[in-house]
Amino acid sequence: MTTPLLSLQGLTKVYPGVVANKDVTFDIGEGEVHALLGENGAGKSTLVKAIYGLIRPNEGTMLWRGQPYAPNAPAQARATGVAMVFQHFSLFDAMDVAENVALGMDNPPPIRELAARITEVSNNYGLPLDPSRMVGDLSAGERQRVEIIRCLLQNPQLLIMDEPTSVLTPQEVEILFRTLRQLRAEGRSILYISHKLEEIRSLCENATVLRLGKVVGRADPRQESARSLAEMMVGQSLHTPSRPAAQPGKMLLQVTDLSVASPSQFGTSLKGVSLSVRAGEILGIGGVAGNGQDELLGALSGEIRAPAEAVRMAGEPVGHYGPNARRAMGLLCAPEERLGHAAAPDMSLTENALLTGAWREKLVTRGFVSWGKAKGFAEKVIERFDVRTPGPWVAARALSGGNLQKFVIGREILQRPSVLVVNQPTWGVDASAAASIRQALLDLAQAGAAVVVISQDLDEILEVADNFAALNGGRLSAPRPVQGLTMDQIGLMLGGAETGETDVAA
Amino acid sequence: MDFGSINPVVLIASLMVAATPILLAAIGELVVEKAGVLNLGVEGMMIVGAVAGFAAAVTTGSPILGMLAAIIAGAAVSLIFALLTQVLMANQVASGLALTLFGLGFSALLGQSYVGIVPPRTEKLDFGPLSDLPVVGRILFGHDILVYVSLFVVAGVWYWLNYTRGGRVLRAVGENHDSAHALGYKVKRVRILAILFGGACAGLGGAYLSLVRVPQWTEGMTAGAGWIALALVVFASWKPWRVLAGAYLFGGIMVLQLNLQAAGYRIPVEYLAMSPYIITILVLVVMSSNRTRRTLAAPGSLGRSFHAAG
Repeated sequence: MTTPLLSLQGLTKVYPGVVANKDVTFDIGEGEVHALLGENGAGKSTLVKAIYGLIRPNEGTMLWRGQPYAPNAPAQARATGVAMVFQHFSLFDAMDVAENVALGMDNPPPIRELAARITEVSNNYGLPLDPSRMVGDLSAGERQRVEIIRCLLQNPQLLIMDEPTSVLTPQEVEILFRTLRQLRAEGRSILYISHKLEEIRSLCENATVLRLGKVVGRADPRQESARSLAEMMVGQSLHTPSRPAAQPGKMLLQVTDLSVASPSQFGTSLKGVSLSVRAGEILGIGGVAGNGQDELLGALSGEIRAPAEAVRMAGEPVGHYGPNARRAMGLLCAPEERLGHAAAPDMSLTENALLTGAWREKLVTRGFVSWGKAKGFAEKVIERFDVRTPGPWVAARALSGGNLQKFVIGREILQRPSVLVVNQPTWGVDASAAASIRQALLDLAQAGAAVVVISQDLDEILEVADNFAALNGGRLSAPRPVQGLTMDQIGLMLGGAETGETDVAA
Repeated sequence: MDFGSINPVVLIASLMVAATPILLAAIGELVVEKAGVLNLGVEGMMIVGAVAGFAAAVTTGSPILGMLAAIIAGAAVSLIFALLTQVLMANQVASGLALTLFGLGFSALLGQSYVGIVPPRTEKLDFGPLSDLPVVGRILFGHDILVYVSLFVVAGVWYWLNYTRGGRVLRAVGENHDSAHALGYKVKRVRILAILFGGACAGLGGAYLSLVRVPQWTEGMTAGAGWIALALVVFASWKPWRVLAGAYLFGGIMVLQLNLQAAGYRIPVEYLAMSPYIITILVLVVMSSNRTRRTLAAPGSLGRSFHAAG
């Protein structure tokens, strides 16, 4: 057997009170795409941080081509040949692509030379990128390209990718996979972290499964089903969301010819958006990030005001109302950005529960906060949605992304909305938590609410939605029933080729 | 009332002198804010620099040594701020305000025995015949060394921020400290160094007040110059050359106010003294009414404490 590129032996990392990794051992071979699987909090991030030199393990050793490898800093890891694409991009909005790339390199050439190399490498790998553009203007997919190119310019032997596809469209994922296969063909190794099991099955030849910091399984993902991998991760059999067929009820949410300007300089304005959702119905809205999703959520939640008639709730014009008035009527929203939009990062869960629950849950009486009730409401959300946290006094920032997402969605669902709008409800959430969130959305619709799910995860939309519409450049296609919709048709709708009137010939 | 008695050449030459203290303090603060730190203690660092520079110059008889002492004193005071905000994670706004109050009191204590003394004279640089050229000679070649140093610092900061690796790292730290940390940059170290540079510049600016511009030591003699410098950084939307333009504009207003009074044009001093702040408020309103420009100008992590995670 040949020497593996990187060999981890008995790696243990202990934080005060938490064992993040315990005795983790596995090998990554040359030219191998190795998957690292695990739920949120399983210790994947800690492990890759140790490989990348951001933290030092308490015990255990790593061998790089048989030589001891113990990086003290990312620069040392990069010098050895390890590069990493972060889940949360480490980019700088107000700087251009070339500068962003230069910041990730140890000995960057002069900017002009670097710009030429960026253009060259980006074309070689099929990831076109203009080095002089401001990063703040780029889409999520393009931002990821900046990260990848930053890594590729250093000619890495091992590329670590932390949840690379969570913000990409199917087309962008396809492009990324082509690039990754090209890299493998060049003999480079990739350590690939993802929740999306289908992706891992199509890309990786080896998988290591972590649960609670320990290796609980190894598999060849090509030989396993997505379900068996998920069950290995979760350690129990997985519950698939189910929904009985429901009769659509009365019209609850109606948007007619809604056009609003985007409040953000990097945003997309909505142009003539119309949609309607009945009681018991789930409308899925797909589309590439940055095509007006945030604006649509803002216009529905009331953060962006519209003409009164443009948005109607159960027939009543509400377009001119702000968020609190709409909340009082039962129109609730859970935005995509968890920290800073859906939740205030430095406030406790109790305070965050109060922020949106104050009206419908009557947590405020005569201008005074009833902290007891607020705490009770937060505890109810934590219990019902299995939010893993020591208690409601914990700051929102301290929760992992998936746990906070469960809290944010649960907080709205428990307020018994008659219309619920969610954007990316399971972004960065592990398989079992995602399943429970989707089930909760289905249950909510079953109970007679109208639900709008804005998501970039098409599988998610197909799983929960009754009807599907696509956002493209701020325009919304006419909704079509999900039943019988093919991926090709969806692709056309996402591309804006189909505006709704014409039937696409099969 | 006689505008003719105001000589434009003298006006420009003297506004350069009047603007130098706020220019130095502002360019230092610009670097600090570009690193993502809001240090409201400029006034305090300036006045400590003013008294330390004055004391050292009087004791040694050398204005240059005085200025060096001011640089060291300004940096030393800013180190308190760095310790509070970067190591102990104290709130930047409160720490900065405390630093200003501390500096004002501390300098008054130190300066008690120096009131009424005349400091050694800071000579103008000798450019030989160049200084005798009409107009240009007076404006370009008729100053003391610090006026040139301040221009050199502005040019240097501009070049360093935009065209060197160090400057790029500093901007990155100020733009998004989490990203910078993830890439392996030492956020706290960069910020502490930036704070020290800001302190040194503010201290030097203060010494210019007490050694050249006034020249004398009186309690509270900075009289708000540090606050003008702070406003100037925002006014200039964090761009070095605009800081220079803004400083000379404010310097011009200060000098013009004296000239107008001398010419018998009776505007109450208070109006003119208010004008830099009024202009700053107007500029801020204009800037923030356009979200596009504002978001591009201010460093993304300005004023936020950095807690390393994991």
